[in-house]
Amino acid sequence: MKVSVTVNGAPVAADVEDRTLLVHFLREAADLTATNIGCDTTSCGACTVLLDGESVKSCTVLAAQADGRQVTTVEGLAGPGGELHPMQRAFRAEHGLQCGFCTPGMVMASVSLLRENPHPTEREVREGLEGNLCRCTGYHNIVRAVLAAADEGLGSAPGESAR
Amino acid sequence: MSILGTRVVRTEDPRLLTEGGVYTDDLRIPELDGAARITFVRSPIAHARITGIDTETALDSPGVVAVLTAADMDDLPAGDGRPTTEPLLATDRVRYVGEAVAIVLTEQGYQGEDAAELVSVDYEPLPAVVDFDDALAGGTLLFDGTDTNVIAAGGEPAPPGAFDGCEVVLQRTFPNQRLAALPLEGRAAAARWADGRLTLWASTQNAQLARDGLAAAVGLDAAAVRVIAPDVGGGFGAKIATERDTIIVAWAAKHTGRPVRWVETRNENLLGMVHGRAQRHTITIGGTRDGRILAYHLDIVQDSGAYPRGATFLPGLTQLMASGVYDLPYCGAAFRSMLTNTTPIGAYRGAGRPEATAAIERAVDLFAAEIGMDPAEVRRRNVVAPGKFPYTTASGAVYDTGEYAAALDAVLAGAGYDELRAEQARRREDGGPVQLGIGLATYVEITAGDGGGETSRVVVDPTGAATVYTGSSPHGQGHQTAFAMLVTDQLGIPMDQITVIHGDTDQVPTGIGTFGSRSLQLGGTAVHQATIAVKDQAREVAAGMIEASADDLELDTGTGTWQVRGDPDTALTWAEVAAQAGPAGLAADVEFRADRPTFPFGAHLAVVEVDTQTGKATLIRHITVDDAGKVLNPVLAEGQRHGGIAQGAAQALLEEVLYDAEGNPLTSTLAGYAAITATELPSFELLAMETPTSMNALGVKGIGEAGTIGATPAVHNAVIDAVAHLGVRHIDMPATPQRVWAAITEAKGSV
Repeated sequence: MKVSVTVNGAPVAADVEDRTLLVHFLREAADLTATNIGCDTTSCGACTVLLDGESVKSCTVLAAQADGRQVTTVEGLAGPGGELHPMQRAFRAEHGLQCGFCTPGMVMASVSLLRENPHPTEREVREGLEGNLCRCTGYHNIVRAVLAAADEGLGSAPGESAR
Repeated sequence: MSILGTRVVRTEDPRLLTEGGVYTDDLRIPELDGAARITFVRSPIAHARITGIDTETALDSPGVVAVLTAADMDDLPAGDGRPTTEPLLATDRVRYVGEAVAIVLTEQGYQGEDAAELVSVDYEPLPAVVDFDDALAGGTLLFDGTDTNVIAAGGEPAPPGAFDGCEVVLQRTFPNQRLAALPLEGRAAAARWADGRLTLWASTQNAQLARDGLAAAVGLDAAAVRVIAPDVGGGFGAKIATERDTIIVAWAAKHTGRPVRWVETRNENLLGMVHGRAQRHTITIGGTRDGRILAYHLDIVQDSGAYPRGATFLPGLTQLMASGVYDLPYCGAAFRSMLTNTTPIGAYRGAGRPEATAAIERAVDLFAAEIGMDPAEVRRRNVVAPGKFPYTTASGAVYDTGEYAAALDAVLAGAGYDELRAEQARRREDGGPVQLGIGLATYVEITAGDGGGETSRVVVDPTGAATVYTGSSPHGQGHQTAFAMLVTDQLGIPMDQITVIHGDTDQVPTGIGTFGSRSLQLGGTAVHQATIAVKDQAREVAAGMIEASADDLELDTGTGTWQVRGDPDTALTWAEVAAQAGPAGLAADVEFRADRPTFPFGAHLAVVEVDTQTGKATLIRHITVDDAGKVLNPVLAEGQRHGGIAQGAAQALLEEVLYDAEGNPLTSTLAGYAAITATELPSFELLAMETPTSMNALGVKGIGEAGTIGATPAVHNAVIDAVAHLGVRHIDMPATPQRVWAAITEAKGSV
């Protein structure tokens, strides 16, 4: 079947099997490989992207379900001049990543978290990221990064056309 | 001021945060154009004879290029003929659920899943061996031609009289449960055979060892094999050496002549990647009622899983580190490793040392409870005193440096130990449902214990930029930042003009890799020494250019220029000096080998709340000293500690790989395996302490595994401490709500 998705502002169309998962559509049809696959049970969150501005685990969404909709991956988060999104900046400043594999999903989940709750407590950040696993950082610096990004305020964030 | 010891954010991160890393399955390179996808057919049965494999139906499935089994592997060198040798693909027998039986090559990934379902394997089930005691009894043997499932043993039981003079002797048996390493990126590989050379891209911790292992396995010279480790999404020990399924992938490329690629599912990862720990301990501890520990023995039974991969080195390390931080008149350890119909065991974060620490730290708490003394005081009375270093243990380990009592006192002060005990007493007095537990662990561990060295080549080219080639290959540790700091510190070349190259055996032919917390002390020291060698070369070249004595030259590391001391008019840039040296610039190669391993140490204090009505334990504070010598970059070192603490707490509270009695895995997806999440952890309270080592010029030890080693027993002891006043002396790990509740209930019943 033919699927057309706007990915990071650009149209991507491909003829795919009905059963194609959105994450495979992104990695193969759109050739955007930042979004990773870390499990097969919707448990790890490595594949988290924004679908019409809301975070979804793209391993549990069919490409067909995204037809005609907007998807934002971590590749689409930085500003047009390449300036880092505040969440990306905060992850770097707070050392919120090590091997980097969970990072694209973790960053997207964090962006979504702050959209829903711009001033979370530490406990709310931890609960908001429960669906995203990281094996390297012990979450300590990820939580600090999200709190730092919240302090900075995401209102001036570039690259958030899907707000 | 030196950049060393300062907080430098990682140079790796902008790429990882904007484009994402290039992990093996992300490779979009011409060499892999048209690569077939490999899907494994794995045994669904723990123990069975294979009586037939029918691939015909699968071959007719859409997109199938080939279906290959052990019968197709006649182009491989003959095995060593030992009865317990592990085949690449199963031949006549399978010994664990997840063992590779066949592979399917297809044009696309989804086709592989379909076709793999159609490979028909006839299994004749055999009784499965899962339980420790069944395996030891040997009623069912895993291998024909053997008469026992015990495949390795070492050490001695406690000699007669070892516990003489003890007023108190305690013995207890408890498990150190099987864990999954669970890197977020599982195993992945791609391979290509062209022009008589085999190239393997693989998610590995050490490309050079993988090259050597692959070359031997497929019968090629090492020079005919190139291994490239792209970005690696975590390893934690489970990606050390030559991953067997990766060899199958590489062989398939050579066998079919077609490039291939493979990435495992999480289900495959939880079945096929080596598991860690999987020991059963019997501790015997004895001492006097005034708190002196006189004797300790650790008996280890290692579940090796279905094949003898980690059968000797894992319990061997546990045996080596059995005495922990304590100065004991008698300490002994012994191990037996036995085979079971479960996933093979290998290295996982700490690899043998967390087990040793968990055993003795639990034993010390049991001893303290028995004699009614504060566990902090028992530790203080028995740790090795600072004046005794280097300290040789009963097992022969030579601890280089340590300040064990100081580490303990630092966490007690940092945590507010007396206030915590007062709060605990208040809650006990009140008798409310939520009780407070305080758990301690003091630990020492061995890093860079493998005896190998590490290589580095540092080049300053005629543009003035530097390139570091290192045999140490990272998977999240931050080598690019750390090693560039070492170069900029000595040469004054800016960080952004320093490239770090690793994980490609054509570019770095000699090296060992990253495991056992070895990278900075071996790889980093090699970089440091090669940098100094380049600096010495540059001094001579610059002296010739200025026509001055080399002794009169100085390098201004602020500006990165050479000049006659105090005379800026003579200044030469790195570019000028390197160009003068020749078209290749300046270069130096170093292989650094330390005289002995180093022994990081520390103390952890965990505070938990236990809901005595539900048994639920919640870690609310975790305070640590993790002294790994000099700290190069606190940002990186703290990050390693954080990750380690989380994994350590996970073992104490949550994580466990489980099988049923027939060897069926019960935790083969992330819906079943209780990987720790952000909600189950607090922020950690890290205290700084640096006791340098003399084993390397940087004064550094390893920090990659320390957090895990200290955290598990601290959290475990804290849970038990929370309910100790109810009569509970021990709860097995993981201390799940069910186990804690059962322990409370049992203690109530026995009062």
